[in-house]
Amino acid sequence: MARTTLHLEINGDPYEVSTFPWRTLAEVLREDLNLVGTKIGCGTGDCGACTVLLDGKAVCSCLTLAADAEGRRITTIEGLAPSPTELHPVQRAFIAKGAVQCGFCTPGMILRAVELLAANPSPTEAEIRAGFGGNLCRCTGYNKIVAAIQAAAAELELAAGRPS
Amino acid sequence: MTALLPHFVHHRPETLPRLLDLLAEHGERARILAGGTDLLERMRAGIVHAEHVISLGRVPGLDHVRFDEGMGLTIGARASLADVGRHPAVRQFYPTLSRACTVMCTPQICNMATVVGNLVNGSPSADAAPPLLIHDARLALVSTAGEREISLADFFLGPGRVERRPEELVREARVPAPAPEAGSSFQRISARSAVDIAAVLAAALLEIGEDGRIRSARVALGAVAPTPRRCLVAEELLAGGEPDPALFEEAAGLCAAVARPIDDTRASAAWRRAMVGVLSRRALEEAAQVARGGVR
Repeated sequence: MARTTLHLEINGDPYEVSTFPWRTLAEVLREDLNLVGTKIGCGTGDCGACTVLLDGKAVCSCLTLAADAEGRRITTIEGLAPSPTELHPVQRAFIAKGAVQCGFCTPGMILRAVELLAANPSPTEAEIRAGFGGNLCRCTGYNKIVAAIQAAAAELELAAGRPS
Repeated sequence: MTALLPHFVHHRPETLPRLLDLLAEHGERARILAGGTDLLERMRAGIVHAEHVISLGRVPGLDHVRFDEGMGLTIGARASLADVGRHPAVRQFYPTLSRACTVMCTPQICNMATVVGNLVNGSPSADAAPPLLIHDARLALVSTAGEREISLADFFLGPGRVERRPEELVREARVPAPAPEAGSSFQRISARSAVDIAAVLAAALLEIGEDGRIRSARVALGAVAPTPRRCLVAEELLAGGEPDPALFEEAAGLCAAVARPIDDTRASAAWRRAMVGVLSRRALEEAAQVARGGVR
């Protein structure tokens, strides 16, 4: 039972963790580092609840070995807010539009939205719906999530000085 | 709570020679981890057993997607579906491959999973296979003994079985550049949504000469036989013929006749066979339209 020491960069902070090689990134985040914003849903890469960003790209942390995330920038929901008193625009939009019900899918939804808006700052509704094929929500019916992402897109465009 | 992964020894080689040494040493007891989206799920489900898992993440020179008009396209073992699907040259010269890479799974899985992994798993329903079969793709396999190259058509042996020795790495896929006058099409049906596993796949590539006749044809099918496969009888019928609806209908009938579909949770064999005919005809019609200068 050989433990291994990993050096992970999570939300800009360095972490050292002693763990087993078969542990996934989702398990290490939640159980070893107490970063429980990342959720484990299906464990098969279908539901998107475990979505984190690796070097800015959305991935399923339930299908990523923690060891394979060494040397890469890991962003979890805990790392999005710019300060302890201020939320990220996508987080604010989810609250403002009522896009959260039970909340289990929300961290994955928000991280995927951040990735999508970085690649496509003003997505159409169809692009948003297609872009969320990997994030399941069993509560909201998705409409308010789409509205939140549209609102966040408009705010980010405004902040960037681009016409929305 | 989902099951934990079974225990294994994890290797993260930092050079290709070290990786090949590990494969030579552990062979059948080892599994290569590229994107991990199939492997880790199957290990967790107890379908795949591995004492050693060898990650490709730190080996340099495996994540390339390169295009050259002479050499064609090369896709490294670590290149993700997103890297390949969004590559400008892939979108321009291999639009069917680009489409397959972007519709076969969720955005997250697209960021993780690899084109080469999609092939190496040996799934009959591998979405990347029909587009690569119509382009006569070849695979480069390396081991400590050296490199060999085989055609993708010879690589698939049966469900989950491919022509790869335990000590070999499929280092890259090599895809010749299509003729400028070629047109192609990719057709896919899945039961529930675009991200569901395909129930039927068809792809076609047609080159139409200055005389208006078909100079060469490729038709490939997926999810309707033990392996992804070309339909050679249809290709022979099409070559030299007039690209008209009657010929396409006849070729599509041959595709349906050679398919060996099964009943499973996604579709019945009879429905699959009927859909092979429909999708093959649509693929040929669209490929001809593109070859004549329509929109890709």
